[in-house]
Amino acid sequence: MPEPIILIEKAGVRLGGVPVIQDVSLSIDAGEFISILGPNGAGKTTLLKLLLGLIRPDTGRVRVLDRAPRRGLAEVGYVPQRRVLDIELALRARDLVGFGLDGHRWGIGLPDRGRNVMIEQALEEVDALQLADAPVGQLSGGEQQRLLLAQALLSGPRLLLLDEPLANLDPAHQHEAVALIERVRRVHGVTVLLVSHDINPLLPVTDRVVYLAGGHCAIGSPQQVITGPTLSMLYGAPVEVVHIKGRYFVIGVEV
Amino acid sequence: MIVPIPVADYRPNAMFTLLHYPFIQNAFMAGSLVAIVAGVLGYFLILRGLTFAGHALSSIGFAGAAGAVLLGIPPVYGLLAFTMGASLFISSSSGEARGRDIAIGVIMTFALGLGVLFLSLYHGFAEQAYSILFGSIVGISRGDLSLATVLAVGILVVLASLGRPLLFSTFDPDGAEARGLPVRLLGMVYLILVALAVSLAMQLVGVLLVFGLLVGPPATAIRLVGRPSHAIIVSVGLGLAYTWAGILLAAWSGWPVSFLITAISFGLYLPVRLRGSRRSRCRMGAARALPSVRTASSRCSQQVIDDHTD
Repeated sequence: MPEPIILIEKAGVRLGGVPVIQDVSLSIDAGEFISILGPNGAGKTTLLKLLLGLIRPDTGRVRVLDRAPRRGLAEVGYVPQRRVLDIELALRARDLVGFGLDGHRWGIGLPDRGRNVMIEQALEEVDALQLADAPVGQLSGGEQQRLLLAQALLSGPRLLLLDEPLANLDPAHQHEAVALIERVRRVHGVTVLLVSHDINPLLPVTDRVVYLAGGHCAIGSPQQVITGPTLSMLYGAPVEVVHIKGRYFVIGVEV
Repeated sequence: MIVPIPVADYRPNAMFTLLHYPFIQNAFMAGSLVAIVAGVLGYFLILRGLTFAGHALSSIGFAGAAGAVLLGIPPVYGLLAFTMGASLFISSSSGEARGRDIAIGVIMTFALGLGVLFLSLYHGFAEQAYSILFGSIVGISRGDLSLATVLAVGILVVLASLGRPLLFSTFDPDGAEARGLPVRLLGMVYLILVALAVSLAMQLVGVLLVFGLLVGPPATAIRLVGRPSHAIIVSVGLGLAYTWAGILLAAWSGWPVSFLITAISFGLYLPVRLRGSRRSRCRMGAARALPSVRTASSRCSQQVIDDHTD
């Protein structure tokens, strides 16, 4: 049995004295597509930051790629929740993507043909090659998200952490983004952890879901986790789940 | 009766004769040095949203220099102490831009207040204050110049070695942090470089021109070209052009150099800015539809294509 790519044992995190995550345990295998769900403030972003080594657990143990998480690992690609990219930002798409390749190396970069080829390959993988020379600040949210994904791919990650990549996208673009991420996962054989508010656009691709609420979490297939009893236990309040036409609707709480 | 105006005949020649005077040569060298360093540093200053901090550093430096004169020590020590202190304060109070600017505003006004106090305590200080504020670019010695050259080269070398990480963290601090870059430390080192440059340049050209050359050329450059390396080169080029033109015009007209350089800077920024805001309005639609809808025959979509193939 292969070693899980992510192993969290009884992890707890307090931010400013307030417990955000309590007693969370999960194990994720290489190549899985995991959707992380839960209400605002349930600790979804905190969970990603824990895996990135940006915050440390106060209790319990976290292992990523069989090591303690460490900042700046090339094997871990991260696309933060939609960053504010200024409308006046004087940067071309290919410059933004190029940061993924050598933005962390000291000194100034010299023009390099091989570098351009790699950047264009990454752009092509996210269907954004035609945007290569467009000013970043004037692209739509969805287009910027694709560039950030291309940037993350250039470090050659084995694990991709995507924070709310579907937020602010209409259903058609959500569908497109999910298909793109799934393609990247298959082509690169990466493990994907994707934070989302809504499971429905992810149902065709997700292997398992991690549902965070009230500081606790449940992990399993959507059918196992998104049920009235499981969610009622997590929220500590009565929750009903309606499953119609292959879509889930959670009733009784603000999700 | 028409009186011939001999002035017009010999003045342009006089302008070039002036170039033989050492004080004008020194002014050219000093101005060029400041334009180069400010052109590079200013590019990051604008993109990091630190324009106000740059202004504050120049003003705080004035108070430091005034204090040093009052104590009877060389102004450069006061300059360095005040600008370094302020840059450490500004980089430690990072976070939300608005909160940072409020803190900078309070500090800056206090520093200017201190400057006024020093001015009132020091008898016969007015002339010194004038030269710190508006510079005495034509009163620079060879000794000042060689020291300034060493400092300027040092600043540029450090800046070049920070290179890509500084650029990455300027455009995309979250991404840079996730990639393991020391984003806060980079910001602090950068501001210390600005403090050093401001202190160096204030000695040569005064508060007004330091700030003018830090902001004017890069503000125009980032509206002309998109690629960071090109924008920095254009920024330096513009700074040099403003400075040279300003000194030559000053020598010819007798008007103050600071006025001429800032006026040229403003005169170029204004049309570029106006053109840019008109273009970005129509580009908003065009860029979204890249590339298939680019064939639209409107003037602004043609401009988009031109811009993208720089």
